Amino acid sequence: MSKIFAQGLVCPLDKNNVDTDQIIPKQFLTSVGRDGFAQAMFFDWRYLADGSPNLEFVINQPQYQDASILLTRANFGCGSSREHAPWAIKQSGFNVIIAQSFADIFFNNSVNNAMLLITLSKTNIDLLFNRCQQGPQQWQIDLASQEIMFGNNAALGFSIDPDIKQRLLSGLDFIGSSEQLDTDIAHYEQRRKANYPWLG
Amino acid sequence: MMGQTLYQKIYSSHVVGKVNPSTDLLYVDRHLIHEVTSPQAFSGLTLANRSVRRPDLTFATMDHNVSTQRRSMDAAGETSRKQLQALAANCAENRIELLDLTHPDQGIVHVIGPEQGLTQPGMIIVCGDSHTSTHGAFGALAFGIGTSEVEHVLATQTLPQQQAKTLKVEINGEISAHVTPKDVILAVIGQLGTAGGNGYVAEFSGNVISAMSMEGRMTLCNMSIEMGAKAGLIAPDHTTFEYIKGKAHAPKAAQWDAAMQYWQSLYSDADAPFDHTVTIDASAITPQITWGTNPEQVMAVDQCVPAPASFTDATKRDAAEQALAYMGLTAGQRLTDCKVDVVFIGSCTNSRIEDLRAAASMVRGKKVAAGVRALVVPGSGIVKRQAEAEGLATVFKDAGFEWREPGCSMCLGMNDDRVEAGQRCASTSNRNFEGRQGRGARTHLVSPAMAAAAAIAGKFVNIAAVNTTPGAQP
Repeated sequence: MSKIFAQGLVCPLDKNNVDTDQIIPKQFLTSVGRDGFAQAMFFDWRYLADGSPNLEFVINQPQYQDASILLTRANFGCGSSREHAPWAIKQSGFNVIIAQSFADIFFNNSVNNAMLLITLSKTNIDLLFNRCQQGPQQWQIDLASQEIMFGNNAALGFSIDPDIKQRLLSGLDFIGSSEQLDTDIAHYEQRRKANYPWLG
Repeated sequence: MMGQTLYQKIYSSHVVGKVNPSTDLLYVDRHLIHEVTSPQAFSGLTLANRSVRRPDLTFATMDHNVSTQRRSMDAAGETSRKQLQALAANCAENRIELLDLTHPDQGIVHVIGPEQGLTQPGMIIVCGDSHTSTHGAFGALAFGIGTSEVEHVLATQTLPQQQAKTLKVEINGEISAHVTPKDVILAVIGQLGTAGGNGYVAEFSGNVISAMSMEGRMTLCNMSIEMGAKAGLIAPDHTTFEYIKGKAHAPKAAQWDAAMQYWQSLYSDADAPFDHTVTIDASAITPQITWGTNPEQVMAVDQCVPAPASFTDATKRDAAEQALAYMGLTAGQRLTDCKVDVVFIGSCTNSRIEDLRAAASMVRGKKVAAGVRALVVPGSGIVKRQAEAEGLATVFKDAGFEWREPGCSMCLGMNDDRVEAGQRCASTSNRNFEGRQGRGARTHLVSPAMAAAAAIAGKFVNIAAVNTTPGAQP
């Protein structure tokens, strides 16, 4: 496995508290499938009421097409638990999101879709936005060494929960790894039945 | 040995084993599912040749995109119908109990769980919905999950988790007339911020909580997700036990006694250390209203809309500026001068019988103002029948409110109950996000009594300043 988890163009979305209703509005949640959500990402910001693209919105700007790293601010992904939000972002080509903080459910949902979410201090987030103002950025993310590499030997370290790092590096099946504890689950169920019989 | 918090007691009693050095596998006692976030989980199971491990601990309802005009899957539109049919088929195939549209008790998942006695103290309860935090009102550890996790729970009845930090929110003082649990939680969110609870499980305590009904506690815990908390928790007490007793799925006879013995051990020990504690003076809380596009942008209804420049934090200043532009408001404006177009009384936050009683007390003998569209959407069949038996439905209908069938409705507008662009809505729901109730819709979160008063006046009202009797019986 390459030590580079991801590399590519960075799209700076300079907003705080981006909620999952913005990431994917309600009208796209009636699907029974997991695919086809890319066009729905940030729909109300991306398209004007008449359906034409909103060229002021960063995602629509030509220099950020084909971006794979999303840079944003604090509390990204707050609100609804809809996993359609990380599905839409991933299906739009992003597999790394860098932010000052993430909402808990969104964070877990993204990890479960093999996306890397990097949390940095406000100072470092400001620094990254400043870089983006200098022109389109191409970064590499080394998950093994926990570094964002800007080129020309410049890099910024990040911390990550070791369990999540391990999961992302090994690519292990989320359900499969818990199923390895199948005997423990069966034992727990026996104890549960004995100690808390009313629970069913 | 140092005492344990309620959260730690529930957490440790559910540990099945370790998946990774700092990740525990926790057993799930109740898994609630609905039509929107479960279809992909069931197809995932089929693809991987897995089955539902404990259909007997899994319960389903139809709520998010059902029509509230009539009880038919066809009434919700083509794609919604397919999603509802998929849920029905998945439940039938896997022998999962489903309260479908033909069931008299069908309703919003977080209203029916408690009503059916499925929600009990000490449990771990999950659901593919962020407002699962509601069930924390019973001293259950309850939190929202995504669809991959729904699939994981269906397959294993467990979920990998890491211990969260603990936050104690102690609310003491004398609550003023017209101040409801909704006002209390909005004030708490206003103080802590929309991300103030990130990474924490929040336990609410204090004399205000002890005196609060289960309905009120559910409203409080429901919105703990709006400050980013993983879950809200309230230690079970006499009020809790009285509520549960006799419910369809509640323990009976000897099992009730055994359960009671256990439930009475579920509280945070006096010396249990919390990672963070905040104290709220409830006597200072007045009726609240949101002015912006996230729930922390809230104020007392008699205050003026804040000027962005009044925020010292640059981030909050920018957010306020954007919010005022979206909401069509100017700094210094009074919302009591502000006309409303739509009034929505409903949602998993405020669609229970007490909410409807409080709203009806503002409406009795009056008429909805001209030009205002007002809806009451009860949270479940049980709430609906109770409200009809108490004459509340007649009060609403006589006043010009639409009296609907149970569902999530205009809280998120997945069905055809939407607020039009530019319209201002007094809503008893939980999120005032941009576009939440419809593209361009302007949502103001308020309590049921405040929403009802706005419907009658045609504009927002400071209900604490007018001579009305809250909670008057019909």
